[in-house]
Amino acid sequence: MAPPLELEVNGQKYPVHSDPDTRLLTVLRDELGLTGTKYGCGEGQCGACTVLIGSSPRRSCQMPIGEVVQPVTTIEGLEKNGHLHPVQQAFLDLEAFQCAYCTSGMIISSVALLAQKPNPSPTEIAQFMQGNICRCGTYPRIVDAIQQAAKSMEKQAR
Amino acid sequence: MSTVAKKFTHEPERYEFRERPIHHFTLHRRDFFKFFGAGIAVFALAKDSPATQESGGGRRNHSDELPKEITAWLHISEDGSVTAFTGKVEIGQNIRTSLAQSVADELRVPFESVRMVMGDTALTPFDMGTFGSRTTPTMAPQLRRVASAARDLLLQTAAKEWNTAPEKLVAANAKITDPVSGRSATYAELARGKTLAQNLPDEDPMTPASEWTIAGKSLPKVDARAFVTGRHQYTSDLRPAGLLHGKVLRPPSFGATMTSCDLSAAQKLPAAVVVHDGDFVAAAAPSESEAEEAVAAIRAQWKETPQPSSSELFPYLKQNVDTSEHSDLTQSGSIADGLARAAHRLDSTYTIAYIAHAPLEPRAAVAEWKDNKLTVWTGTQRPFATRDALADAFHLSNESVRVIVPDTGSAYGGKHTPDAALEAARLARAAGKPVKIVWTREEEFTWAYFRPAGVIEIKSGVAADGTLTAWEFHNYNSGAAGIGTPYTVANQHIEFHPVRSPLRQGSYRGLAATANHFARESHMNDLAHAANLDPLEFRLKNIADPRLRDVFQAAAKSFGWPAKKSRPGQGFGIGGGIEKGGYVATCAEISSDDYSGAIRVVRAVTAFECGAIVNPDGLRNQIMGANIMGLGGALFEAMTFDGGRITNARFSRYRVPRFRDVPDMEIILLDRKDIPSAGAGETPLVGLAPAIGNAIFDATGVRRTTLPLAPRT
Repeated sequence: MAPPLELEVNGQKYPVHSDPDTRLLTVLRDELGLTGTKYGCGEGQCGACTVLIGSSPRRSCQMPIGEVVQPVTTIEGLEKNGHLHPVQQAFLDLEAFQCAYCTSGMIISSVALLAQKPNPSPTEIAQFMQGNICRCGTYPRIVDAIQQAAKSMEKQAR
Repeated sequence: MSTVAKKFTHEPERYEFRERPIHHFTLHRRDFFKFFGAGIAVFALAKDSPATQESGGGRRNHSDELPKEITAWLHISEDGSVTAFTGKVEIGQNIRTSLAQSVADELRVPFESVRMVMGDTALTPFDMGTFGSRTTPTMAPQLRRVASAARDLLLQTAAKEWNTAPEKLVAANAKITDPVSGRSATYAELARGKTLAQNLPDEDPMTPASEWTIAGKSLPKVDARAFVTGRHQYTSDLRPAGLLHGKVLRPPSFGATMTSCDLSAAQKLPAAVVVHDGDFVAAAAPSESEAEEAVAAIRAQWKETPQPSSSELFPYLKQNVDTSEHSDLTQSGSIADGLARAAHRLDSTYTIAYIAHAPLEPRAAVAEWKDNKLTVWTGTQRPFATRDALADAFHLSNESVRVIVPDTGSAYGGKHTPDAALEAARLARAAGKPVKIVWTREEEFTWAYFRPAGVIEIKSGVAADGTLTAWEFHNYNSGAAGIGTPYTVANQHIEFHPVRSPLRQGSYRGLAATANHFARESHMNDLAHAANLDPLEFRLKNIADPRLRDVFQAAAKSFGWPAKKSRPGQGFGIGGGIEKGGYVATCAEISSDDYSGAIRVVRAVTAFECGAIVNPDGLRNQIMGANIMGLGGALFEAMTFDGGRITNARFSRYRVPRFRDVPDMEIILLDRKDIPSAGAGETPLVGLAPAIGNAIFDATGVRRTTLPLAPRT
């Protein structure tokens, strides 16, 4: 049997026994027990499985673990010492969800957007987030939450 | 006026599953307190149940056995915490929060001290299901009455202990206080050491909406933090020890029957448990990929049968009226007379495609057997019906099956059927280990069920002054919800014709109200055009119900109706109606690209009135979401199928609304504290499609009579 791969997820290193072509989503959920990242379509079309690899948003349902070389951040890795990430806080404050099944992917994509573009316009947000589906239709609240998070991150950075 | 409302707000819908007798409940009083701890409990009984009739209501339940027709209950424990029990389920519509608000409000306790136990067949009373926008109008008042009775019981308890009259005491902030003596006791103190159980009095007064303090406010969603941190566990996230993943072999096409099945290759895989039971063939294995591998190794032969395709759907529906089921018909006056008196007559046909619910969490279930008892966690809108289906399938008593519904990744009317639960349970029984089934997106798009497609034909007449004279309306297959016109017409013939549907079809958010409003409101616009009247003015002229008038006027005012066009391709439309006790009107602005024909919805204003509002922010979220979901069915969603196969069973081929599709949206809430609350999860979406269709007509002069209106957009 081949030696286990090593994955760094949320700052912790894990030996992973699945085949290198196993999708990251499956390993996160079924092997590491990190179920915050969701299955929605299996074809990279809905964004529910979005994680950060390095600082890029990637569809974990499309990503073989053998190709993951940078650290992975999932929804479980955003909260630090009991403090929510500003994006999580903004989603919470504006209640930018209903059933919330898309929320992990939405939050991760938003974090990636704000890392690239600290002050996005509503049009830029819609453009960047186009690959994330919220079937409950909370899109306008998500746009508002991203803008609120941008403001609070700007304040924190000062 | 009230007859209009009465006629159309509680219309039976054949695609909802039918109501059945309340189920017997088997918990005994002593077991109840053993299980939930000492304290005070109050039970709501179904109307007309023998227990309420025999006891005359209001009296204590002296028998040891709890009444059999409990619909909700509430328990105040010795530490003062309040737990309310209901068989309803949380699927994103936010009732875990709104129901707790009603309980806290009526019981006079802080919102945070109320916990809702929902959708667990072992702990909650029977409920037929969470659908039809019934939670707010039926379950919230039941829980309120229960809370009110519990408050009375606490007042009586305190009065007895203090040797005074309950009327002289005040219940507030989880305390009973005697304003004269200044003495007070917390609910916790009063509940201590008690095992008091009471049935709900017949007519216990509830706090009127004008005096609500906790209900009526925008309180945040219960457990919201668990959702933004990924900690909430949906059914698909559960991982009990020893869990196997299951996969089901699906037929190649609808109507296909298995002629042979060779399991030998699959059975050679060491990790897999393979099951062949009747037409059910499936495998379970420690990993999803091993289960997939096992199913792929099954050699099955199928006999396929000819199936209609989506390109021939609408003629097919007209040709396949199911005469074995009787049609629904309401009739008054004479259509011939009405048409004879008309100055303008119109005759139009509208078509509505099948669409998918596409809940982002697909159907999922986890099943576990222990000592011949079965527990299934599953995202369903009908936990008790799922339990009954499991009990039937495995020849168990209902008491041997427990169904638990974790707060679910949406449903929209799509999670009524027990399929995933049955599949997981059958595999788990064979494997002797817990099994999880999570449908793939393709399975979800293919083997669930669809919103019914339909054909609607309307013949109408209008007098020279704009008064409607005749209204003949035939709906083939789509459904009877919202089929009655809210406009005053002396001569009506409104009929629903059941059809042998080529696809599996069922409930959907808004049901046929979307199709019926689309047809009716498109047609009303064309009648206004024929009579040379403004579409809003024409509607108001024919509306008797002031609540409907109010929402039309509120939407129009905020939208700036009638609006002036400022650029080519711009158009404005309006649509609305009454359904499930809610009143809605939507104004839309679209822009049409002359060259490509693409349609973009630029702006939408929706006014909604559902009586007294329980949680304004939650309601706004629902109305916004309903309109955005409705945008998909209005513009581009449609199932395509050929040879018994769905040909667009993926998000890359089935377009749903995304960020860039969202117009500028405004929501106007009309809060009527003088009217009992109606549900709001469905009706807000029915005005949008006709408003868009009418705006397209305004922009282009072309009437589009199909849903979706702009499939190539």
